Amino acid sequence: MYRYDQFDHQIVAERVAQFRGQVSRRLSGELTEDEFRILRLQNGLYMQIHAYMLRIAVPYGLLSAEQVRMFAHIARKYDRDYGHFTTRQNIQFNWIKLPDAPDILADLASVEMHAIQTSGNCIRNITCDEFAGVAQDEIVDPRPYAEILRQWSTFHPEFGFLPRKFKFSITGAANDRAAIAVHDIGLAVVKNDAGEVGFRVLVGGGLGRTPVIGTEICAFVPWQDVITYAESIVRVYNQYGRRDNMYKARIKILVKALGIEEFRRQVEADWEFTRGGPCTITQEELNRVTACFTAPAYESLSDAAAELDVLKSDNKAFANWLLRNVKPHKVAGYASVVLSLKKTGIAPGDATAAQLDAAAELAERFSFGELRATHNQNLVLADVKQTELFSLWQAAKDLGMATANIGLLTDIICCPGGDFCTLANARSIPLAKAIAECFDDIDFLHDIGEIDLNISGCVNACAHHHIGHIGILGVDKDGEEWYQVSIGGAQGNGSSIGKVIGRSFSFGQVPEVLARLLTVYVENRYDDERFIDTVRRIGYEPFKTNVYATPVEDDKELAGVDYELLKIGAPYDMPYYSPRF
Amino acid sequence: MIIKNKSIVEDDWAVLRLGEGEAADSVLVAPGRVIVPLNVWQAQRETLQTRAELGVWLASSDRPEALQEDIKKFAVIAVDFPKFADGRGYTIAYLLRERLGFTGELRAIGDVLRDQLFYMQRVGFDAFAVRQDKDINDALKGLSDFSENYQASVDQPKPLFRRVQRGAA
Repeated sequence: MYRYDQFDHQIVAERVAQFRGQVSRRLSGELTEDEFRILRLQNGLYMQIHAYMLRIAVPYGLLSAEQVRMFAHIARKYDRDYGHFTTRQNIQFNWIKLPDAPDILADLASVEMHAIQTSGNCIRNITCDEFAGVAQDEIVDPRPYAEILRQWSTFHPEFGFLPRKFKFSITGAANDRAAIAVHDIGLAVVKNDAGEVGFRVLVGGGLGRTPVIGTEICAFVPWQDVITYAESIVRVYNQYGRRDNMYKARIKILVKALGIEEFRRQVEADWEFTRGGPCTITQEELNRVTACFTAPAYESLSDAAAELDVLKSDNKAFANWLLRNVKPHKVAGYASVVLSLKKTGIAPGDATAAQLDAAAELAERFSFGELRATHNQNLVLADVKQTELFSLWQAAKDLGMATANIGLLTDIICCPGGDFCTLANARSIPLAKAIAECFDDIDFLHDIGEIDLNISGCVNACAHHHIGHIGILGVDKDGEEWYQVSIGGAQGNGSSIGKVIGRSFSFGQVPEVLARLLTVYVENRYDDERFIDTVRRIGYEPFKTNVYATPVEDDKELAGVDYELLKIGAPYDMPYYSPRF
Repeated sequence: MIIKNKSIVEDDWAVLRLGEGEAADSVLVAPGRVIVPLNVWQAQRETLQTRAELGVWLASSDRPEALQEDIKKFAVIAVDFPKFADGRGYTIAYLLRERLGFTGELRAIGDVLRDQLFYMQRVGFDAFAVRQDKDINDALKGLSDFSENYQASVDQPKPLFRRVQRGAA
């Protein structure tokens, strides 16, 4: 993975000092909250319902064991013993005290990490395929480009105060696992006919209040030009993006308003000035960064299919785990393993300090000391010997990270919601927990098969509900929490925006609504057809009709005693004193 | 007082802002060094350009290209930050320096605060009219928050990777 040189260290150290100064000026009253708010947000520090939340950047999701141990340390020392992995492959801590924030940043700097631009109206952490470098369908490893773009975007002086936040995502594989179609800029590494590497550039995708699939602005930007090209896109946006209405301030609205042709014309007119200039990426720089992402010392192995078959036939739980949590690897004899952070009973994406330490140890024992955070809020050990899968499974099982549910109904993508977030209209985590409990039967889950269920507590769509096969959105009706259900969304190559099936539901109705949707699927599916494919084939109507055919009983017990249930089996004591519920 | 070329100096320019009921073509521009709004410059060009020294300011919604023909006439161009979070002024400054070749004083006015000065200086501002209620001595420190940068801008036309030998831990 990328290692800091003296310049990276220096810039991050100066940032820690700068932020320490800003915090002390806030504490002394020299800075007003209005002035400080924007400064702290540029450093990932939010004020939530109970406390400050600090979001730490995990550039393109890649982590060393040492860094994950630092998360455990932060969880213990400054937080309440757990952290939460986000849909931008970052991690956030929910119970931060403002005076501690500079010390946390200093601790992070010691392991080459920071919280720079994890919030605010600036270029955010760049996300990437979690299987970059190991996927069988990879064309080019996108991580060196992601790192080069990370450096370009870090403290970019022209783009610190954009109309709104700005998100990049990058993939280098045939199958997009980085949701590039729903980013402000989505980059797909491609090769042209001459075999040269470049990027297909999508612009103006996004979720939130107005979900839009990105539009191609350029089919091939040579890799050398990706900084200057991206800079021109952001420059046009900085000048002309709307600033009068924050709900219309994202680049997608500008692209829609101008039309892609006119937007492209403006970008290219600006690019003429910088194209081929000093910001062109040099081969030397690409080589330097690429050298950080070389393959680890793989052994020469052959696939262990026969051996695994024996273990599988003896052990159904292991077989299920192999099926769901183990992914193919480009090197013979190796596999990538997803450690599930979606065990029933815990908040999706949460990991305790003990789990973080243990995950770091697993990485050292089984996967060359590296991990990845996924945008689906799980962890990945990317380079595991197939012959060690059984040992890894046993160890992960003991840690509660081997639930065989990756890509299944209970692998719920979920934002912090009303329990923590001041923006939320409704609770997400308790609903995810209620759903996971209602459908907590591994055979049933495997029978239903691949399905993305995403729960966002508000329209900001942190859990990407628009691109869930089933998306649930918390809405506010007269101060009460309700949930709107959509189906037909998808991420990846065939990205689509889900369609709302009808009027919204109470907390206690949602599990029954899901059951009715699944019933329609089971009755209509062809052999191996996934839920999303059945929706696409038969349309929304049969699902809608079945859900609304008879009144959906409100499971008062579910809604009423939910929080008592939540505490049982939860790895931490989650207080429940949000003023709104 | 303003910050100019990293020092605190007397400000001998007045900034004209149109008051209520004042019109660009009829407002009286005081004699001496005055930085006028773009629309006043455009409306009173004939008389203003006879002055020895000219200053003009752009609102964040103004286009810097509006000054293209006249850019060499101005001793000072100011860019107004109505709120510090309005980042259009950074690109305006960049374009004035990089595309329009402005070499005179480029001044940030309006909601100009310590924590934005570093970025402002990078995109080409060399003068800062720090908001009146803030301590200008304190604000001056904002110019030296960082000693190195990754990317190119007006202050540093080459990105880090073209300037130094990278890679040493």
